[in-house]
Amino acid sequence: MPYLGSEDVVKELKKALCNPHIQADRLRYRSVIQRVIRMSKLDQWGQAEVLNFLLRYQPRSEEELFDILNLLDSFLKSSSPGVVMGATKLFLILAKKFPHVQTDVLMQVKGPLLAACSSESRELCFAALCHVRQILHSLPGHFSSHYKKFFCSYSEPHYIKLQKVEVLCELVNDENVQQVLEELRGYCTDVSADFAQAAILAIGGIARTYTDQCMQILTELLGLRQEHITTVVVQTFRDLAWLCPQCTEAVCQALPGCEENIQDSEGKQALIWLLGVHGTRIPNAPYVLEDFIENVKSETFPAVKMELLTAVLRLFLSRPAECQDMLGRLLHYCIEEEKDMAVRDRGLFYYRLLLAGISEAKQILCSPKSDPSLRLLEDQAERPVNSWALDFNTLVPVYGKARWATIAKCQGVEHHGPELPNTAAFPTSGSLIPEENKERVQELPDSGALMLIPNHQLTAECFEKTWLSLKVAHQQVFPWQGAVHPDTLQMALQVVNIQTIAMSRAGTQPWKAYLTAQDDTGCLFLTELLLEPANLQMQISVKQSEARTETLKSFISVLETVIGTIGDIKS
Amino acid sequence: MISQFFILSSKGDPLIYKDFRGDSGGRDVAELFYRKLTGLPGDESPVVMHHDDRHFIHIRHSGLYLVATTSENISPFSLLELLSRLATLLGDYCGSLGEATISRNVALVYELLDEVLDYGYVQTTSTEVLRNFIQTEAVVSKPFSLFDLSSVGLFGAETQQSKVAPSSAASRPVLSSRSDQSQKNEVFLDVVERLSVLIASNGSLLKVDVQGEIRLKSEEKAGLFLLSYGPGIRVDEVSFHSSVFLDEFESHRILRLQPPQGELTVMRYQLSDDLPSPLPFRLFPSVQWDRGGGGRLCMGCGFPGTDCSLLPCSQALNVRLHLPLPRGVVSLSQELSSPEQKAELGEGALRWDLPRVQGGSQLSGLFQMDVPGLPGPPGQGPSASAPLGLGPASLSFELPRHTCSGLQVRFLRLTFRPCGNANPHKWVRHLSHSDAYVIRI
Repeated sequence: MPYLGSEDVVKELKKALCNPHIQADRLRYRSVIQRVIRMSKLDQWGQAEVLNFLLRYQPRSEEELFDILNLLDSFLKSSSPGVVMGATKLFLILAKKFPHVQTDVLMQVKGPLLAACSSESRELCFAALCHVRQILHSLPGHFSSHYKKFFCSYSEPHYIKLQKVEVLCELVNDENVQQVLEELRGYCTDVSADFAQAAILAIGGIARTYTDQCMQILTELLGLRQEHITTVVVQTFRDLAWLCPQCTEAVCQALPGCEENIQDSEGKQALIWLLGVHGTRIPNAPYVLEDFIENVKSETFPAVKMELLTAVLRLFLSRPAECQDMLGRLLHYCIEEEKDMAVRDRGLFYYRLLLAGISEAKQILCSPKSDPSLRLLEDQAERPVNSWALDFNTLVPVYGKARWATIAKCQGVEHHGPELPNTAAFPTSGSLIPEENKERVQELPDSGALMLIPNHQLTAECFEKTWLSLKVAHQQVFPWQGAVHPDTLQMALQVVNIQTIAMSRAGTQPWKAYLTAQDDTGCLFLTELLLEPANLQMQISVKQSEARTETLKSFISVLETVIGTIGDIKS
Repeated sequence: MISQFFILSSKGDPLIYKDFRGDSGGRDVAELFYRKLTGLPGDESPVVMHHDDRHFIHIRHSGLYLVATTSENISPFSLLELLSRLATLLGDYCGSLGEATISRNVALVYELLDEVLDYGYVQTTSTEVLRNFIQTEAVVSKPFSLFDLSSVGLFGAETQQSKVAPSSAASRPVLSSRSDQSQKNEVFLDVVERLSVLIASNGSLLKVDVQGEIRLKSEEKAGLFLLSYGPGIRVDEVSFHSSVFLDEFESHRILRLQPPQGELTVMRYQLSDDLPSPLPFRLFPSVQWDRGGGGRLCMGCGFPGTDCSLLPCSQALNVRLHLPLPRGVVSLSQELSSPEQKAELGEGALRWDLPRVQGGSQLSGLFQMDVPGLPGPPGQGPSASAPLGLGPASLSFELPRHTCSGLQVRFLRLTFRPCGNANPHKWVRHLSHSDAYVIRI
């Protein structure tokens, strides 16, 4: 148990959180919790631990909720960032039904977060920036007036600069867009190519809302004729042409001349795509594509060749006279000489498509597209605070959602308390939140005496031997209708730590199953389930390795619950 | 909580390794961390890394890596705060934090870790509580070398001009000498400000930010102090240590506190956008660039001086200008206005060192560079605009006895002294230094 300042605090907490008698008495529970909160002798580590424990507490009434929030108010002003963030998280979770309280808290924490963002400690700065981004997902205007604090400084490490650029991109609004864009424009010519590219992509992000200004900046950047800049600008143009049809005109005007400066695969693909899709508006599109076709033999990237095939075919369908010749040459090369099979296959496909007829080809390549602006709106929809409140003040925002998902997959799924309604049977150690769906499951008798161990293994021979040696301790019938779904039943039983030794296939008559479970004292429970063909009843026979009526009763009730629920679901 | 804690030198050599939970699985966790750190792709942050089902969190302090591993999803703020606090504690006990001092005091460090963390849970980081349990003495090397001490709060050899404590005194191990009771009791109050400024190429001020801290360091439990600073100081955000009494703060700007042994950050404050004093440095560059040839860069650096109404004669120390140059600059010739300055070309940038700059002075330097085949902006002939790659100039400097926000400590009074202790000697220092002073060309 972490040391929380004194033995008394530890005792109180243990009482509150582990003793079911106190939990049963709401008044006593509440007074213990309040006493814990009021402990003034705790240092910052103790306070952080207490705030963490209190996450599991669910206040019963609105009055109690606001009582607790008032007590916790002082923690929000602590000088220790750990305590402030812990208190914020607790507020956000306790007040999940009161969005205005959540917004209030986020206002109060703005000051400490901004201070942390400019802290001397780089690492603290980084953690704070990640959390700022998290908040901006729900409240985009929250930090808009403090945009200056997120300007990058020359000496900062790369990872902090990247985060700041992302934040700047997300907090843009009408008042600060001019200054933010100017600042980002400065970063685009930075010495570090990575950073410059990140800044350009950020401008691309802002361009979805403030199209004109951003297009102007991007066009200017093209004028510098720097390779690493041009390639990212063209990629940004491609994204914008797809998402914001209104900038297509400006994009098309800016494009001529870029092809000289692009050498990398991504840039080329973007340029070729643009030429193919919007070639009708770009006068010299066929000639640029022709250049690419001339050099296709020395082209190293298969992805570029694939794009080239599609683009030339598209352009041919809209400007046939200019493109016929080069399309023929390209197809000839791809089918006869190309070594990469994917490219060759695509070439063949297009050739056969053309053989089928021009109108068929037009139908496939130029059919109406889905409206990209719909997806754009969905992406930008603000996510409610409750979707990430649990992740606040943990490592999740620091890694980012994507990386965290891969990490969680590697580690296996972590259970945060009961997630299935049937798990009320085994003791839920550590969870005090009364889940709403627990109300659906019938109230169980106190099964604190029975604890079935998970992963209990028993071989078939051992089961048989033990089965034959014991007498039936309990037998009962259970109403049942229809056939059994063995998989569902097996899974449900597994959840309560009852393992299946053998189960008949669905539909066999009579249907039988043999189950085993062991509790923490080593007592074995062997069960036979029998469903006779004509009966509407399932017969349950239980044998116990040690004669103990209490535990037997508990086991029976667990079994009944599971079978009953499965029966309900089925019917 | 924490599974392992270790300290690595800047090259990755493990100096300290402590396993709290024994769940390293037999692997060399320190080695794993260093390999992962050096092999990290550029866009991933090294602050929190994941490998194999554990998370590695670290901070860099004085060139050392302090790393903690955990397998739970815990609060990054708490963990980073713990690591910083450990760094401060180790610094307090060993004198300063560095590879040499840690290697000399290994036993003390392990003892500290034992007391601070139990099975990975934080017990206490309060120096008062720890004082009762730590038995080992710190080993210090004599004499102190000024080159070992790189923390802020020390500034050049100004001892003859004003009553400033010799720099070495501030970094004696604060908490060691139990036996040496006859030592003079000293209390250091540092007001340290970090200045962040961004000036655009047309000279307009884009951003100015001052982060300030008042730190109190005392060797013995010195009693109850009253601390006050001058009225009329405006700050945007302020936060205090939890042990400070604020009853008279609103009215008279008086703080009451009872500092524990060691270092304590009494107050943190922040000020943006509107500084009472003018900016210390101004740059006047004039660039003449010849396409395909070379270029001349004439830089004037003005130090109009600080508002000297309170203290006489302002100075800036250790001023260094760092200016990245376009790629391909091969040679540099220079003319500097005073002999003690130095300018050299290194790593694609110009470094101009001015050890001491007097208030109200203007210094200039003329630099001539040769860049064969520079791809400047399309145009012909000499152009006056800055070529690509002539990066923003960043200045680093220290301003002793000056605070940008104007905050000056009026008095530091001892109101109650535990009997038996001698009257402590009080040293008050003000210092501003640059955090990121960037001027765009």
